[in-house]
Amino acid sequence: MSKKADFVKFDKVDKSYDGKVLVVKDLNLDIEEGEFVTMLGPSGSGKTTCLMMLAGFETPTNGEIFLDNNPISNIPPHKRGIGMVFQNYALFPHMTVFENLAFPLKVRKMSQEDIEKKVDKALSMVSLGGFANRMPGQLSGGQQQRVAVARALVFDPAVVLMDEPLGALDKNLRESMQYEIKHIHESIGVTVVYVTHDQGEALTMSNRIAVFNDGKVQQLSSPDKLYEEPVNSFVAEFIGENNTFGGEVSEISNGTCKVKLEKGEIIANPISVKSVGEKTTVSIRPERALINPKDKMDNNQKGKIEEVIYHGDHTRVRLNLLGNSEFILKVPNSSQNLDIKLGNEINIGWNSHDARALDPK
Amino acid sequence: MSSETGKILTTDGIPLEESLKQAEKKNKIKAFLLVAPLLLFLIITYMIPIGDMFSRSIDDKMVTNMLPKTYKAMENWDGKELPSEEVFEAFYLDYKILVKNKTAGKLQTQLNYEKNGFKSVLKKLARKQKKFEEGNYKEQIMKVHKRWRNVEYWRAIKRRAPSYTYSKYLKGIDMYSNEDGKIVQVSEDRRIHRILWIRTVEVAFFVTLFCFLMAYPIAHLLATLPMKYSNLLMICVLLPFWTSLLVRTASWMILLQQQGIVNDFFVWTGLVADDNRPEMMYNKTGTYVAMTQILLPFMVLPLYSVMKTISPSLMRAGKSLGATPTVAFFKVYFPLTIPGIGAGCLLVFILAIGYYITPALVGGASGTLISNQIAYHMKSTLDWSFASAMGLMLLTGVLAIYWIYNKLVGVDNIKLG
Repeated sequence: MSKKADFVKFDKVDKSYDGKVLVVKDLNLDIEEGEFVTMLGPSGSGKTTCLMMLAGFETPTNGEIFLDNNPISNIPPHKRGIGMVFQNYALFPHMTVFENLAFPLKVRKMSQEDIEKKVDKALSMVSLGGFANRMPGQLSGGQQQRVAVARALVFDPAVVLMDEPLGALDKNLRESMQYEIKHIHESIGVTVVYVTHDQGEALTMSNRIAVFNDGKVQQLSSPDKLYEEPVNSFVAEFIGENNTFGGEVSEISNGTCKVKLEKGEIIANPISVKSVGEKTTVSIRPERALINPKDKMDNNQKGKIEEVIYHGDHTRVRLNLLGNSEFILKVPNSSQNLDIKLGNEINIGWNSHDARALDPK
Repeated sequence: MSSETGKILTTDGIPLEESLKQAEKKNKIKAFLLVAPLLLFLIITYMIPIGDMFSRSIDDKMVTNMLPKTYKAMENWDGKELPSEEVFEAFYLDYKILVKNKTAGKLQTQLNYEKNGFKSVLKKLARKQKKFEEGNYKEQIMKVHKRWRNVEYWRAIKRRAPSYTYSKYLKGIDMYSNEDGKIVQVSEDRRIHRILWIRTVEVAFFVTLFCFLMAYPIAHLLATLPMKYSNLLMICVLLPFWTSLLVRTASWMILLQQQGIVNDFFVWTGLVADDNRPEMMYNKTGTYVAMTQILLPFMVLPLYSVMKTISPSLMRAGKSLGATPTVAFFKVYFPLTIPGIGAGCLLVFILAIGYYITPALVGGASGTLISNQIAYHMKSTLDWSFASAMGLMLLTGVLAIYWIYNKLVGVDNIKLG
């Protein structure tokens, strides 16, 4: 079975609620069959609106959404065959777990025998085999969530949408559910579109992540690329931790550039700067800057330690470096005896490749 | 911590249970004192009137007290033939006192209820008894009026012997116990109460139905509209609450009368001819229209409070799972509103079944209800015991409906807000 690269396709989609503000601007997004795509962004960035347009509860103001090459803007939600997991689970409180799961099958007029088989299978998939006769109110949050996932999958939809499904769970449960959903996705190969504002969740679960901000997709790529190679300063800031320097490009040559800061100068990787004189924000991941580097690195600076926070497996060190007093370092906990003490001056080094000169903030 | 007897003791050696009671005592007294005024209020304004109503409805001491000697003498009378001289004498003595005290009129009225035509017989006796000679009262009384020879009249007196009676309840359902003591229906042309009972239930049922049909969409709209619109709509719904019931009913009279606004509108649109204006008032139509409008908020509010708690994502979930909007509504939304429907219907039905002012003003002859009949007996005939009996029958009916509802739906499922 060859997988379609544009199984779900947003084609130049705009959405406005009040005719004044566009909450989604010129959205173009292709989702491959069987892929797990996460829409990640701060609240109000338009990600949930996109999901609702795909589910059919909102209509695009302009543009078209295609599902398996068929335009779906004029198809009502109940004919789209898209499963959905809601933020607050949306289980039917007056039905048992079995009836909840049987609901989509009953409206499809399946035989009672098939319904029982499918419900059993779906319940065992989320390891809730013995819970068929419970009412949703008698289940814990995590169990309700699993019922909601099972219900969205039980009728074999082509696409499953999940709208911040783990938002209401506590941290531990959220993590285990992340793995569980990921495994379910891997085992049945359904296309999943997932919405969250939790970057950890997005990085753990997704094949690809679309970072939303201000109604636009800022970057769409795999989790590792998103983290390692953010294309603009919003993504760099939003995903993971990030040290930034604001400055001006003073020289570009051979895939590197020099950025002049208020105090000093650094060599960086020109991602979105083209010419000398442009303003830029240089982004460096905390774990890419090393203390007393053994290998030769093309950036070497001295910094003063302002704060040390012990985190068990690593230590966070806040430095004052090149006029930036918020420069964070993550030092792994090892037997190496580094001289990390408050007030000490230490040598910091990083490769120019890891210092990405992006658009100015 | 447990002692030899198995009782748990506190560190001071007092049994734990006792210690707990001691500790809670103060709070319990405080709590009781706080609810005591309400309890007292309920007893005075609710329990006592109902008790009084009940005793009134079965009270029949008046005649018993007026003829003490007669009833004593009648104890051995089998009621088959005319009573003995002894009874006649006792009756003469009792009646003499009544006439002297000028209270004979009450007895005449009471016995006339029992047997038509008794009043004139007694009045005649009141005039003639002054000239009675001592001894052989049977002959003398029978001479006054030939009806005294009819055993029926004596039986009528005997029927009033017990100081308690359920005859008012029988009257309420158009029955009475006849001369032989059998319970039979009154003649067909006098069966007015049964018609009223049926009409009352019918009006209450349809008013409830109309209220439900109108309130459901309104409540849904209220629950789903954005706050600023729903508040305005809520005020519109509650507006009738803030207007006097009489004013509202009077305004319906203005609207519905034959030369009224609604009829004028029908004529203007050409729906009806000017000389053939439909009667919408002083009949059941008027009662339906006015009562539905007045009771509508009692249906809207419980429905609204229940609908407000239903998450809109449930309907969305239903649709996303493949149910058409109609199916999603009936399988998902509607079942969740049942507690509100139950509460609203029960509330409106119970209010409607005892409604008084509106049917009295716009009901006319064919639109009056049992409550109007009760009021009639309270104010016009002054037959308070009958009014009480009918009031209690109404109360029993309401309790019965509540009981049936509890059996069918379960009172726990009611949600008033």
